[in-house]
Amino acid sequence: MLKIKTPKSGKAKREIEKRAPKLVESGKKTLILQGTKTSNVLNAVLTEIYHLKKDSAVRYTRKNENIRPFESGGETSLEFFSLKTDCSIFVFGSHSKKRPDNLVIGRTYDHHIYDLVEVGVENFKSMESFTYDKKLSPKVGSKPFIAFIGEGFESVDELKHLKEVLLDLLRGEVVENLNLAGLDHAYICTAVSSNRVFFTHCAMRLKKSGTIVPRMELVEVGPSMDLVVRRHRLPNDSVRKEAMKTAKEQPKKKVKNVSQDVIQGKVGKIYVPDQQVGSVALPYKAKGLKRERREAKMKHETNDRAPKKQKENSE
Amino acid sequence: MTGMDTQEHQIDLGHLMAFDPLHHFPSPPTSREELVKECLQKGTVLVQLIADALFNLPSTEDIDGPLVKLPPPMTRLPREKHLPKPKPPTKWELFAKAKGIKNRKKDKIVYDEQTGTWKRRHGYDRVNDDKDIPIIEAKMTDEPGEDPFVKRQAEKKKRVEKHEKNRLQNLKQAAKVGALPSHIQLAATALPITGTQAAPKKASKNELQDIASMAAAATASGGKFDKKLVGEKPEKHKGKYRKFLPVVEGTGIGSQEKQQTEKVLNRLISKNSHEILNVDKAINMYNVKKEKKRKNQRGKDSSTSSKLKPKKQLQKKSLKKGGSSKKGKSK
Repeated sequence: MLKIKTPKSGKAKREIEKRAPKLVESGKKTLILQGTKTSNVLNAVLTEIYHLKKDSAVRYTRKNENIRPFESGGETSLEFFSLKTDCSIFVFGSHSKKRPDNLVIGRTYDHHIYDLVEVGVENFKSMESFTYDKKLSPKVGSKPFIAFIGEGFESVDELKHLKEVLLDLLRGEVVENLNLAGLDHAYICTAVSSNRVFFTHCAMRLKKSGTIVPRMELVEVGPSMDLVVRRHRLPNDSVRKEAMKTAKEQPKKKVKNVSQDVIQGKVGKIYVPDQQVGSVALPYKAKGLKRERREAKMKHETNDRAPKKQKENSE
Repeated sequence: MTGMDTQEHQIDLGHLMAFDPLHHFPSPPTSREELVKECLQKGTVLVQLIADALFNLPSTEDIDGPLVKLPPPMTRLPREKHLPKPKPPTKWELFAKAKGIKNRKKDKIVYDEQTGTWKRRHGYDRVNDDKDIPIIEAKMTDEPGEDPFVKRQAEKKKRVEKHEKNRLQNLKQAAKVGALPSHIQLAATALPITGTQAAPKKASKNELQDIASMAAAATASGGKFDKKLVGEKPEKHKGKYRKFLPVVEGTGIGSQEKQQTEKVLNRLISKNSHEILNVDKAINMYNVKKEKKRKNQRGKDSSTSSKLKPKKQLQKKSLKKGGSSKKGKSK
């Protein structure tokens, strides 16, 4: 026996609709969590990543002992959390003697692990250590510029994977229209060697130049660190093919009564219903009407009085 | 729309990303600060390139600033959830398609013939409501005993059940394909173990506690030495459930055995007797009341006027007569 369960309130229904699979997807939410042991550096890194992605990230602060992303049984907790918080990218930090200051950045597809990249953090400089003019500080949620420098990103397999994952993590919301006044920050990733990437976050100052395009100036603002690639796991081919599928372009919905004219441009037709202007009741008492009514009444009265007078006369 | 491919820089405007694949560092990089400076320099160059392309796009003016329409991104990134599958057509939709039945849009307000007003189609005070029918004419096929109004309601209920069943079937078909609507979940209800259709009732918290304490006391020592869990409440009825009379009776109040048997007998008799009135008690109460009243009247006699006196006397007499007759009957 099956029972149909539907959400009983509008709010619950809206939340469920938000989590449903859509044709065109917008920004992915990030889950930031940690393992059994973390170091000071790692804690700082995780909090700063959370601040960078404040609107679209969830931070778990408890230690999770049974999460081991690269082992076959240790992923179930991650998948459960991804299902619970509706996050499809996670950043998992852990610290051990063998892998100090370890960050595992992973993505999920349909709440199952899609791919993983493990990096170590070195030479970390936090946001507080940079001094700059506070007016330049970037706002939360603005779309960033992302720059990748270095041939390593094309030649080395692991760096290629890291590039893709970093792009996914840093890009923010997918928008069609962008407000040019709201561009404030940029992420710069440089492949220093075949396994080391220098990552930094800068605020942008737009200076007046002669043309429409302003001159850009970068001021280092945010966290800067060296990422050392340790391990990575590429996605399964079949899963990858399925995840890369895009929806076919839907035929644009026909807008009625709108046509394009070469000379006039966009032309629309408006159909106005038949209006009886004379017979509509007015919402206010028109002065003219009042006067008319008064006059009509007076006339009526005089008519009434006249016959009476006549009668008297006759009598 | 890769944008500028000058100097082999790849620019993805959809993501505001720039990639320089040609740069390579002289190994080893000199010092940390030199490295940082060089990275920032190269970064500035790339960011400038993106900005060039960006600001040259056609822009519309908005209150907050110029808006540009970004081109779709070049680099493909994996989706986070699968593509939504199209819903399979329901049984009615298939039938309608086969027959060529088109869906006609219905008005929300319909003219009601009976009252001559415009009423809504569904909801409160609707058109053609079952409870608004005053008269149902009898047909030749009707049996004399049955209520046509009840019959109409029963038919409606059956129809509604059939619709619900069909809806469930449609949803099951959709779930098989994997295209269940996002706000609906199909949950399996518990199967009844017995042959009846009723689902087993969920035991309430108090019921469970009672049952648990009963089970705990079912040991040889009556559950006295069991370890109690944190938060478990102590039993309501501790200790002995049966009371036995002592073998040797001490001096004191009275025979306990006599009291016990009296109690039992009284209970039995009271259950079987039909007269609820305790006659002796009623008579005693009445007599006591009467005495009191007489005393009060004698006291008031001197104070009250002569007019009121005789009437009251008469009433009292009648009551007396009634009481005496009752007495006779009961005994």
